[in-house]
Formats: sequence, structure tokens, C-alpha cells
Amino acid sequence: MRNRPVLTAPQINDELLWPVMTLERRHVLAFIPPFLLVLAGVVATTVLVWQGLWVTGLQRPAFWGFFIVNFVFWIGVSHAGTMISSILRLTQAEWKRPITRAAEVMTVFSLVTALMHPVIHAGRPWRILYWLLPYDFFRGIWPDIRSPLVWDPVAITTYLTGSILFVFTALIPDFAIIRDHATGWRRKIYGWVALGWRGTPRQWQLQGIFGILMSALILPVFVSVHSIVSWDFAVSVVPAWHVTVYAPYFVIGAVHSGVSMVLTLMALMRWIFRLENYIWEDHFDAVGRLLIVIATLWLFFFFLDFSFSFFTREEQELAVMERRLFQWPFNVITIIMVLTSYVIPIPLWMNRRVRRNIALMFWTSILVNIGMWLERFFLIIPAIERKQQLTFLWSNYVPSLVESTIVLASFGMVGMLLILFAKFFPLVPAWEQKEGQTFRQTIQIGDAQVDAVIRESEEERAW
Amino acid sequence: MANKWGMAVDIDRCTGCQACVIACMSENNIPINLDEHFNNRRAISWIRVDRYWEGEYPHVKARFLPLLCQHCGNAPCEPVCPVYATFHNDQGLNVQVYNRCVGTRYCANNCPFHARFFNYRRPVWPETYNNYLNEDVTVRDRGVMEKCSFCVQRINRATREAKRTGDEEFINTLQPACAQACPTDALVFGNLNNPNSQVSTLFHDDREYTLQESLGTEPNIRYLKKVDKEAAPEPVHA
Repeated sequence: MRNRPVLTAPQINDELLWPVMTLERRHVLAFIPPFLLVLAGVVATTVLVWQGLWVTGLQRPAFWGFFIVNFVFWIGVSHAGTMISSILRLTQAEWKRPITRAAEVMTVFSLVTALMHPVIHAGRPWRILYWLLPYDFFRGIWPDIRSPLVWDPVAITTYLTGSILFVFTALIPDFAIIRDHATGWRRKIYGWVALGWRGTPRQWQLQGIFGILMSALILPVFVSVHSIVSWDFAVSVVPAWHVTVYAPYFVIGAVHSGVSMVLTLMALMRWIFRLENYIWEDHFDAVGRLLIVIATLWLFFFFLDFSFSFFTREEQELAVMERRLFQWPFNVITIIMVLTSYVIPIPLWMNRRVRRNIALMFWTSILVNIGMWLERFFLIIPAIERKQQLTFLWSNYVPSLVESTIVLASFGMVGMLLILFAKFFPLVPAWEQKEGQTFRQTIQIGDAQVDAVIRESEEERAW
Repeated sequence: MANKWGMAVDIDRCTGCQACVIACMSENNIPINLDEHFNNRRAISWIRVDRYWEGEYPHVKARFLPLLCQHCGNAPCEPVCPVYATFHNDQGLNVQVYNRCVGTRYCANNCPFHARFFNYRRPVWPETYNNYLNEDVTVRDRGVMEKCSFCVQRINRATREAKRTGDEEFINTLQPACAQACPTDALVFGNLNNPNSQVSTLFHDDREYTLQESLGTEPNIRYLKKVDKEAAPEPVHA
């Protein structure tokens, strides 16, 4: 293991807060491509809202298409934040420190992006307010709580609120650092959001307690959000959607794609914001090892989905499975999906040298997310195109340019929001780094100074 | 006792003439379906006649299946709507409230009969058609689901007239546009709670069956089997 660099507190401040204090050309360059994508998405959405859903490829019986696929994908990506920060916090994995905030922020932004999709999908955004908010109080008409589409906003907004609280409380000490180092308007604004943080023992104690408490509270939400999103499908009568395995299958797929996205993000952060001192090869190594387990679990559910329909011998479900595996274009999609999300990356990641090669980790993590996007397509579209036995109505869904643009723009939007965030807030929590330095212990093994695994005791936490 | 509406569809009588489709379109202000609607698979027709081929060449037979909203007693489309835009009324009708619909299209996904239609854009009629639109029926804007209503405007009018005049004949002779237009009387509409109505008798016919019965949706529409002496004894597979 690489020796941990000894960093002083002023050095941490300088290296983590410089993106906030100064503007560099590479930040602008990194901002432009996602910004252009978002612009294209705004144009496409305007066309869609103006013209109606005629401009999409949706038809009968495939009433749901790319928007829903992408919605499920982004909800999936949002699972990384909780996975990294709350599960790793509760298990006291020391290596989580530099990546928690990036993962949590990605959770928030991908949730926001995901929430836009049903709104665009319905074609008349102004009407969706009726659906998300209980409407028509005076006539006593409330949303139908039997509908999974009511569970969705409830679960997602709960998760979003929790994640925002999580990010915000972790940010407060950093706000205070910026406040203390800045002048002018920055000092005012950061002072305001720092909520009077002085770093007193009591404040640290409360902040620590909240972190642990929130981690524990958000875990059930973490499981429920994607389960509920999967119930959009599992509750319906469409053959091959109507399966009980969907909930855990979706959750594990979500963790797979989300944690891979964190890998992508870690590599990008390292390059764009020069965080070499904070995000090391060891972190890529650790996330890689975590992903091997997750991906294998995902593969298990992939086979389980098939085995359930073979077990029941339900004729229509078998037909959908056959279509997924053997019929154009889903045969190609399935092959690409299994190759990119398991067969290529996992054997590579089994190799320690690959796990420590950041460029390779970057590209394999992107591969995984291509595969996981296709997985959502593979799960949702073939079944709805071949719904029930009325074969006269079967059709093939072909997404339109507008839909594809909006899907691409969603990636741009998350990227753009992340870069904007990094301009105003440190992406690596400075206080967590300092805490890590405080708890740093080295032990002598032979000639080498090696870091000891750190376990924080309650007394230390409340120092 | 409240009325409970139902329909019997006699496959044996259906000639596939599509008169019901046209009648429904003019009665219910359904937008005109152009080539592009059909090519995009976005044509709206509340009742449609699915055509299936049966047998191998040269012994091929055309089978017609008039399909409309089955007004399921246990409708899969109803519980999935987040805003109660579709629900069951006390007359056994599965009704759609256009003003409530937000366009999630979940109901259409969940309909095993493909009986629900979405307005992908605002319907346009040539100006000369303006006076031909049925004033009793709402014109649906874009982003709204629609489907067969069993000509609920006619039902309402008939029950109102029956109440006003005290003449039950208004209800007994009530027909939706499709049934009225059917030249072979393949579509029979009526009150299921009236044991003397023709539809009640047909509901207990030997040839009676329900579409996709395994789903347990309890449709208010029953089909009467094709009588085909040359056909193989197995039931026709769609």
C-alpha cells in the first residue's frame, strides 16, 4: 500500500478550495460540452412541449420509451451516494473519506435529473403538478395511493430530501473554512450558509451524530426507492414485467451502475481539479473490489430473472425472454449489455494492476454504465412491445431524435451540475481529510511505514 | 336497481365491415386518422376490428375480432392511475375523466386489450367539419388518454329521458353508436341487470367466452364463439 502523504491543514485548505477561489481554463473547458448538451436538451424539450408527444417514437402499445428507461437509469445512479457514504460510513471504511461528497452530490443531481423525466414524459409538464401534489382539495379528490406512480414521487422526494440534508450537513464545516478564508461577497454568502459554525466540540459532536443517524435512516430509503421504481413495472399486468424479482434486481443493478459512475467521477475529479493527493490508486482499487462483488450479485439476478420464467413456464413470459435473448435487435443489445457490464470489466478488475490504472478504470466504468443503460432498455422495452396475446397490435418502438437528444442531455445536465457544484463547494470534504490526518497512525512493518487501519472510537469522534 | 351495462359480441355474425368503427368515430368526435397516424401506430379508434388469419394457404380464413374497451369489473387500468382519471362508476362503466388525466399512460400499458388511446397531438378537423362534431362529447386535447365510453352521453340522455317521462322504453332501446350501426347485429348492448334484455340472454349462451379470462379482469363484454363446421375442434388461437 502506498504511503499516505502527510498533509498539513493549510495545504489541505489550499488544494481543496482552490477551485472555489479561482477560475481556471480547464474548468471552463470542462463546463462547455455538458452545457452544450443541456442546451440541446432544452431545445428538444421545448419542441416536445410545443408539439406534443407526436415528436417522440412512442406508439401503441409501447406507451413508455426512452424517457422511462432513462428515468430508471438515473434513479439507479443515485444509489451510489448512499452506498458509498452511508454503508461505508456505518462500516467505518476509512477509504471512503475523499469520495463521499462527490457520491452524495451525484445522488442529488441524478435524482433531480431523474425527476425531470416523468414530467417530460407526460408531455404536459404543467399538469404533472396535479399528480405530484394532492390537488382538488375542495372536491375531496386526492391522488390514488394504489398507484405506483404515487409511491414514486413519495419515495424519490424522501430520498432527495435525505440526500440533500446529508450533503448539506457534511458541507457546513467546509463552508466555515471558505468563510474564514474569503473576503467580500463570498464571505457573506458562505458565512450565511455556514449557519454560524465555529467548530466547537458540541457542534462537531452534533455533526457526527447526525452523519451516523442519517446514514442509518437513509438505508431503508435506499432499498425502497429503487424497489418502488421497479414496482412501476412489477405491479402491472404486462408479462415479464410482472415479476417479483424486479425489486432486488433493480436495486442491485442500481448500485452497480451508481458505484461505477462514482469511479468515472473520481477519475474526472482527479484530472480536472488535480486531486492527486486525495484520490489515490488505492481508492480506485477499493471501489474496484467492491464492484466485483456487486456486479457478480447483479449477474446472479440477471440469471434469476430468466430462471423464474423458466420455472413457472408461463407462455407469454417465455416469449418475452426469447425475444430478449434471440430476436433482433435485443439479441445484440443483450450481448453488448452482458459484455460491457460484466464480461469485460470484471476479469479486468480482478487484476490488481488494472484496478490501480486510473485510465483503464475510467474507461471500464463507462463501459459498465453503457451496459447498465442497455439493461434498463432490455428489461422495459421488449415486454411492452409484445404485450399480451393480441398479436395484431404488436409493434416495434423506435426512439426519435428528440427523445435521444433529451437522453443525452440528461448526462450533460448531471455533468454540468457537478462542475458547477465543484466551482462553489469543495468536492472533497476538507474537514474529513483533516480528520483523517488527525487519526492517521502508521506502524512499522519491516523497513516500511505502513498506515494502520483506523477505527474511530466514540471518544475520539467527540474530541 | 341501478343499471349495469354490458355488451355481447357475436364473432359468428361479424363480417368485418368496419361500420362500427366509422359510427364510433362520428359519434365520439374521434380525430380523423390519416396515413401518418396508422404508420406511426397512433391511430385512435375506440372500437377496432382486429383481423387474424387462420390456417395455412390455401385454406386460409379471415377471422374478425371487434375489440373495444371491455369495461372490466376488475380493471387493471384503474388502480394504476395516480389521479383517478379512470375509475369505475356505479353502472359498471369504466369511465375516463379527460380533465383529470395528466398523461402518464400507465393505464394504457396495463390494459391487456390495447383498448386505450393517447392523443399525441391536438386533434384538428377541417373547418367544414366543425358543425359535424357531436356537441354531447368532449373534444380531447393532446396529452389525454381516451377510450370507449359505451357512448356514455347516450346512456345519460336515455336515463334522463326515462326519468323525466317515466317511460322505461328509453333505456330498453338504448344503443351505442357501434351497435346501432352494426348491419348484422353482431354487437348487442343492454342492461345486464334486466333479466329480459337480449344481452342478458346472450351472456348465458353456450358459445359465450371472455377475452383473456386468465387475467381475471371480469369484463362486461362477452364474446360469442365463431361457429365453423370445417374448423379444427381446438379453439382459435389469436
